[in-house]
Amino acid sequence: MSAAAEAATDAALEPESGEPALVVDRLTTSIRIDRRWFDAVRDVSFEVHRRETLALVGESGCGKSLTALSVMGLLPAGVGRVSSGRITVDGVDMTAASEAKAQAMRGDRIGMIFQEPMTSLNPVLPVGFQIAESLVEHRGLSRRQARRRALELMELVRIPAAAQRLDAYAHQFSGGMRQRVMIAIALACAPKVLIADEPTTALDVTIQAQVLALLADLQRKEGLAVLLITHNLGVVASVADRVIVMYGGDVVESAPVKEFFSRPTHPYSEALLAAMPRVDRSAAALMPIPGQVPTLPDLPPGCRFQSRCPLRIERCAELPPLIALAAAPAHGVRCWVRAP
Amino acid sequence: MNTAVAIAAPSAWKRATRSGGLVVGLALALTMVVIAIAAPWIAPFDPNEQNALLKLEPPSAAHLFGTDEFGRDVLSRVIFGARISLFVGAFATLAGVVIGTIIGVVSGYFGGLVDRLITAATDVLLSFPQLIMGLILVAVLGANLFNLILAIAITAVPAFIRVARASTFAMKERDFVDACRALGFANPRIMFLHVLPNIMDEVVVMASLWFAAAIRTESTLAFIGLGVPPPTATWGGIIRDGFDNLLDASWLSIFPSLAILTIMIALNLIGDGLRDASDPRAPQ
Repeated sequence: MSAAAEAATDAALEPESGEPALVVDRLTTSIRIDRRWFDAVRDVSFEVHRRETLALVGESGCGKSLTALSVMGLLPAGVGRVSSGRITVDGVDMTAASEAKAQAMRGDRIGMIFQEPMTSLNPVLPVGFQIAESLVEHRGLSRRQARRRALELMELVRIPAAAQRLDAYAHQFSGGMRQRVMIAIALACAPKVLIADEPTTALDVTIQAQVLALLADLQRKEGLAVLLITHNLGVVASVADRVIVMYGGDVVESAPVKEFFSRPTHPYSEALLAAMPRVDRSAAALMPIPGQVPTLPDLPPGCRFQSRCPLRIERCAELPPLIALAAAPAHGVRCWVRAP
Repeated sequence: MNTAVAIAAPSAWKRATRSGGLVVGLALALTMVVIAIAAPWIAPFDPNEQNALLKLEPPSAAHLFGTDEFGRDVLSRVIFGARISLFVGAFATLAGVVIGTIIGVVSGYFGGLVDRLITAATDVLLSFPQLIMGLILVAVLGANLFNLILAIAITAVPAFIRVARASTFAMKERDFVDACRALGFANPRIMFLHVLPNIMDEVVVMASLWFAAAIRTESTLAFIGLGVPPPTATWGGIIRDGFDNLLDASWLSIFPSLAILTIMIALNLIGDGLRDASDPRAPQ
């Protein structure tokens, strides 16, 4: 199906679906270190449409999880804050919403799944109860109705023998099954946006593939907009539609996934790809990125990658804008050398 | 891939009963409770019936625990005394657990100023020895059953605030609490539906030990005359009655003391057993 035709069916299904489900517009998130505020996420903008997966890629500390927390409205009070920009989820401005409104959105219209399925479930409550809970809280279903729906959800995420396992506890499930339970919980209220923060990192490789396939399938069925946070470029290649690479809180590259893998342009993206082990290359071709991400107070002004960049020029002391490549207008790069 | 694998961990009951202490403790405590409830039917005499002809009789077939200076049957008084001790102990502990745990969970969950104020108040209360605290409260409020329960409950509250607060502090950093926030749950739901059940093991262990402490406090207060007023039989009161004749009629004090000792041992065995059962790292 062409993109236009898909958009047309979307529009037929839901009139307002021309709007992206998630819009992040010039988001700057600051965190406090030693009584001073530092911008840990700078001027980040993106949109995620229904049935689309946007991957946020970068090393630990690049600001991808903070972006997710900003969207959820879950920045720790007093330590993190959205200092400018707008986040719109399903037409609701999360940055202007009251805490009560944001709370009503979470779990209902934005779902989130976490990295650690082993510890993200409550050990003393039956999983069926935990899946049913947000339906009771957000949708006012009776316990009995919510329980019936929980069973359907467990079948939806393909947990075998779901009826018998409704009253089982988290410790009776394997890691992959627990992640399925987490997905069922996140999808209980049929959210428009799903944030998946490293959803497969803690799982075995074979289980990773199953969970990713399940997510992709559910996304198609439920028309979800998925924001996938990961550092695993293999995962990105297999499930994402578009990629945003972040470094030190900046978006350094943004491109459709095929375009990104065929023409990685920012030196950091290139380095990330070169640091990824591949079957078709010898281990000697693995290129670790020298140095490490500077801590927030030590980040250089201008391009934040300059301290580790082989292509550094004098102009890098000034922050480059995100510029679309002439050959591919959907492909933006923030680099003086590569996209002058 | 579709085989559901459920790993059967040894059940908590199996772990709890492995050492045997918990079983013995529960058996002893349950026996005491049954005796207390069935007191009117199993006591051989009316505990308050005086008999001028049978003063300070040593234990005999008719009066297994002997008689006191008013000729009352000590066995019957010890049996009825169990009612007061267990009733006061149970309700004082229950009240202490409920109030202390709620305050402790709130304190630990929110942290910040709320937590600092509650902790400071707790420290002040804890700086009084439990008995002195109970003594002051009963002396101020007046000695009756309700005030006794209230006073002992208040002495127990800070301990439960502490244990609930500390456990909540550790628990609120767990991923499932973050997951609850991401699901848009309100704080009361997270605190009392998600955090509370996870800290109950520690609270219950503490409760069994404080049940023993509450009975001890009740007996001590009765002994110094600040318990349920006479002629109602209480263990502390019977010991006090026998105190004047300790050398020539020692059975008066010995039997109620043994009753207190038994319930103390039982409750401590239960507490230890529960702690072992709730801690998977405990030696097996």
